[in-house]
Amino acid sequence: MITERETRDAPPHRVGLWHVGVVVSTAPQTPTGRSIVLDVPGWGGNLAGQHADVRLTAPDGYQAVRSYSIASAGETDRVELAVDRFPDGEVSPYLVDDLAVGDQVELRGPLGGWFVWTPAQTEPVQLIGGGSGIVPLMAMIRSHADSASAAPFRLLYSLRSPGDAFFRSELETPTPGLDVTWLYTRGTPAGLPRAAGRITPDDLAASAFPPSISPAVFVCGPTGFVETVANALVALGHDPHRVKTERFGGA
Amino acid sequence: MGIISRGFSGRSREHNPALPPGQYLTEDFPVLSAGPTPDVDTAEWEFSIRTESGAVHKWDWEQLQALPIEEVGTHIHCVTRWSKLGTSWRGVSLDTLFAEVETSNDYVMAHSYGGYTTNVPLEDLLDGKAWIAFEFDGEPLEAEHGGPARLLIPHLYFWKSAKWIRGLVMQSDDEPGFWEQNGYHLYGDPWLEQRYW
Repeated sequence: MITERETRDAPPHRVGLWHVGVVVSTAPQTPTGRSIVLDVPGWGGNLAGQHADVRLTAPDGYQAVRSYSIASAGETDRVELAVDRFPDGEVSPYLVDDLAVGDQVELRGPLGGWFVWTPAQTEPVQLIGGGSGIVPLMAMIRSHADSASAAPFRLLYSLRSPGDAFFRSELETPTPGLDVTWLYTRGTPAGLPRAAGRITPDDLAASAFPPSISPAVFVCGPTGFVETVANALVALGHDPHRVKTERFGGA
Repeated sequence: MGIISRGFSGRSREHNPALPPGQYLTEDFPVLSAGPTPDVDTAEWEFSIRTESGAVHKWDWEQLQALPIEEVGTHIHCVTRWSKLGTSWRGVSLDTLFAEVETSNDYVMAHSYGGYTTNVPLEDLLDGKAWIAFEFDGEPLEAEHGGPARLLIPHLYFWKSAKWIRGLVMQSDDEPGFWEQNGYHLYGDPWLEQRYW
C-alpha cells in the first residue's frame, strides 16, 4: 500500500530524517519579517507550496519545532524561508532576530502534498495572499518563472502598507505571465484609486480570474483573511474544489 | 540530540504531563482547513453510517439531538503542534450511533460535507472514545471549526476529528483519507508523534 501511495501526487519521499542546514544569507523583508536562505545538503528539493519543519536545540537539549512555508522550489538543496516574527512566539523571534549567516538549524521535509503547484499544471492560476501568506505563493511564482510555464498567473497581495511587503522588488518586476495587484489595508500610496481597506468581494470580482475560466486558486494568510476570501470566491461562483487554502496562526 | 542552535534558549522547561511530545500549549483555537468552509444548514444536515452489506443508518438533525447527549471534557492535539487543554464539548457518542450497526469490517472512512475524508480504525470510535460533537464551550459549533457537527476523536491528532461530518463508511481495509494521501500518518497517535509517513 505504501508503494501505491507513493505513486500518487503525495510527496515523492518519506519524511523522516532531520537535515542540518547552514544559513547562507538573510535579508530583511518587512519591519517584522525576513527571508533566510539555507544550504541543506541532502534536502533533495521541494515542490512549490510545501513547508518544512524547523528544529532549534538549546544547550541543555531542549528542542522546539515549528513548520514554515518555503519560498523557493525546485530540485535543489537551497531552501529559502521567509518568517514573520510573532511577538509571543518561541521560534520565530529567534529566526528573525538572532539567526546569523553560518549558523546551523535543522530542517525536515518537505511536508504537505495538497497546497502545491507544479509546472505540469496548465490551467490559469489565481494566487491570493495576505501578509506573510505570500511565502508559499512566492514559491509558486518562482517555479512558474523558472519553468517558463505558459499558465497565466495572477496574484492579489493584501498587506497593511507598502513597507510590509515580502519580496517587493521581485514582485514589482514580475516575469511575463504574472500579473500582480496590490491591496493595502491601512496605508495606500498616493495615486492609487483604491482606498485602504480589507479585501472585499469587489476586489476579487475586479482583479481575480473569473470562475468562468476555472482557475486553480490558492489562498494563504491569517485565518480571518482566508475565511473571508474563500467564502467570497465560492459566492462569486468558484468551484470550492478548485480553491485550496492554507491558514496560519502564531508560533 | 540535534546540533545546538547558538543563542537559543527556548521557553520554560516545565513539563506538563498532558502535553504530548513536540506539542506546545495554545489558548486560541487555530483553524486548519484545506479549502473553503462549507455552509451546511441543519435543516438539510444528515449523518449516515453505511456498512458492507449496503445497509444505511441515517439521522437528521432532530433525530441526532433526540439521542443521549454527553458532555465531553478533553485535551486536543493538532499535528501542526498546538495543543489545547481542557476543551469542553457536547455531542453524541459513536457507541450510541453504532448500537444497531452490524458490521464485520474493522475500518471506517469518515466523509465530510465539502469532500474531506479521513480514515480511522473502528475500535478508535467505540468504547467512549469518539463523538459527533455540535457544541464547543457552551455554544453551537462554528462553521470554521466544523459546525454544525464534527467528529471528535481526541486521542488522535485533530485532523482525524473530521469537520462538517456527513457520514461513515465501513471498509475492510485501512485506506488513506485526504490528509493521509497528502503526507500525514495513516493512524496519527500524538503520544507516538505519528505526524507524517
